[in-house]
Amino acid sequence: MMDWLASIGSQVRGGLANLGLQMRTLVAMLRASSGLPRRLRLVTDQVHFIGNYSLVIIAVSGLFVGFVLGLQGYYTLNKYGSEQALGLLVALSLVRELGPVVTALLFAGRAGTSLTAEIGLMKATEQLAAMEMMAVDPLARVLAPRFWAGVIAMPLLAAVFSAVGVLGGYIVGVVLIGVDEGAFWSQMQGGVELCADIGNGVLKSVVFGVAVSFIALYQGYVAAPTPEGVARATTRTVVIGSLMVLWLDFLLTALMFS
Amino acid sequence: MSHFVDIRDLHFGYNERAILSGLTMQFERGKVIAVMGGSGSGKTTVLRLIGGQITAQSGSVTVDGQEVAALDQPTLYQLRRRMGMLFQHGALFTDLSVFDNVAFPLREHTALPESAIHDLVLMKLHAVGLSNAASLKPSEISGGMARRVALARAVALDPQLIMYDEPFAGLDPISMGVTANLIRKLNDALGSTSILVSHDVNESFLIADHVYFLSQGRIVAHGTPQQMRASDDPYVRQFVHAQADGPVPFHYPGRSIDELLGLTNQS
Repeated sequence: MMDWLASIGSQVRGGLANLGLQMRTLVAMLRASSGLPRRLRLVTDQVHFIGNYSLVIIAVSGLFVGFVLGLQGYYTLNKYGSEQALGLLVALSLVRELGPVVTALLFAGRAGTSLTAEIGLMKATEQLAAMEMMAVDPLARVLAPRFWAGVIAMPLLAAVFSAVGVLGGYIVGVVLIGVDEGAFWSQMQGGVELCADIGNGVLKSVVFGVAVSFIALYQGYVAAPTPEGVARATTRTVVIGSLMVLWLDFLLTALMFS
Repeated sequence: MSHFVDIRDLHFGYNERAILSGLTMQFERGKVIAVMGGSGSGKTTVLRLIGGQITAQSGSVTVDGQEVAALDQPTLYQLRRRMGMLFQHGALFTDLSVFDNVAFPLREHTALPESAIHDLVLMKLHAVGLSNAASLKPSEISGGMARRVALARAVALDPQLIMYDEPFAGLDPISMGVTANLIRKLNDALGSTSILVSHDVNESFLIADHVYFLSQGRIVAHGTPQQMRASDDPYVRQFVHAQADGPVPFHYPGRSIDELLGLTNQS
């Protein structure tokens, strides 16, 4: 019984210590970001790198999600004779939910894993230690630019996802099924609000960008410097990153749209 | 003060396991000092303590009169600008070219124009014989070349202290000789102090002014290479003459093979 209690206590303590370390690393990285405005090139290079990495998978996924939304939306709306609202349904589903969430999940799997593996291998091959010995803070030089690049890239990628998704909905709904084109676009234009819908969607994306980028970088930074250590860290990035996105989505949706 | 690095009564360990116990070493300015010992004797730990990457449980490490463990991050980074370290496998930045690797500390710590950095980097690369490899990526060069690039990077800011972690490990005899020569020449040209951690007796004895022998976290002998060659100390003799058994046992300590095979009870 005592052993059992002790093991629970030890796990809780370990978890809290880990959380504390994460927060301290986050704060240290944010502090270390102060020099970045003078060296924007470091961030823009990473935005290009991370964004480019994920653009194709995001665009293709957006198109297919748009196709599916067009089909499912049409069959459901058709039951009530309101298929004219298909454009509105597709657009709202994308900008409010699917755009930010699916983009963040794909980002965790595509760019997040690559960030974790990169940082983890830099640690395993002593590149981070070498940087420290050259009096250059890896948090400022390596982690911070990638973090901000992720935060910037995420809403941009979500916007691409939603835009391509709307196009997909249009192709299925208007071109293939024959929903009225004027109604499709005008309902969308009339029903989607800039602040409440698009603004909140962008805000979600930024929050997901912060969460996923930091999780990916942190997992790489604390990875055991061995092949298994990096492999485990990469897996943790996807698992923790995805769960965090879904949990945050629920939280943000409850706050924004309740 | 003639000692650039001074280590006094240093104790360091992970949890219960002691790595260094009561270590005292002095590293004189302008000299090449070799720290020798078998794998796991704590040699690399000494370098990491001098560089401030880890902190000892007790004792002191001073570099140029500054107590390393007591420095805050900005002061420690100031001190590290005067240090160069060559890691065992080079630790080159794999996403940067050879040129950019050597330029890295210059770009980070100086406001030199790109043209001056260009000339300086080529001079450093020329010193290690690799000025024509400037555009290559670390993945395109051999292990020995990578070590030399890392050496050029370590001395890019003309450091007062250069630390070498196993610079000869895994090198062919030619690269080994080249690296050893470079270490001595760079030390003399820059007027710096070099600490060479190695288990390679011949190359280290060739270039070192003073040698420390480290075993199980303690200094077991020290002196000039000549004194060490003539030493009667059993550990030094075993190490210098590469004998399989001696004070450093061949077998990892523990139960005997008879006990492990369960033979002791049957007899």
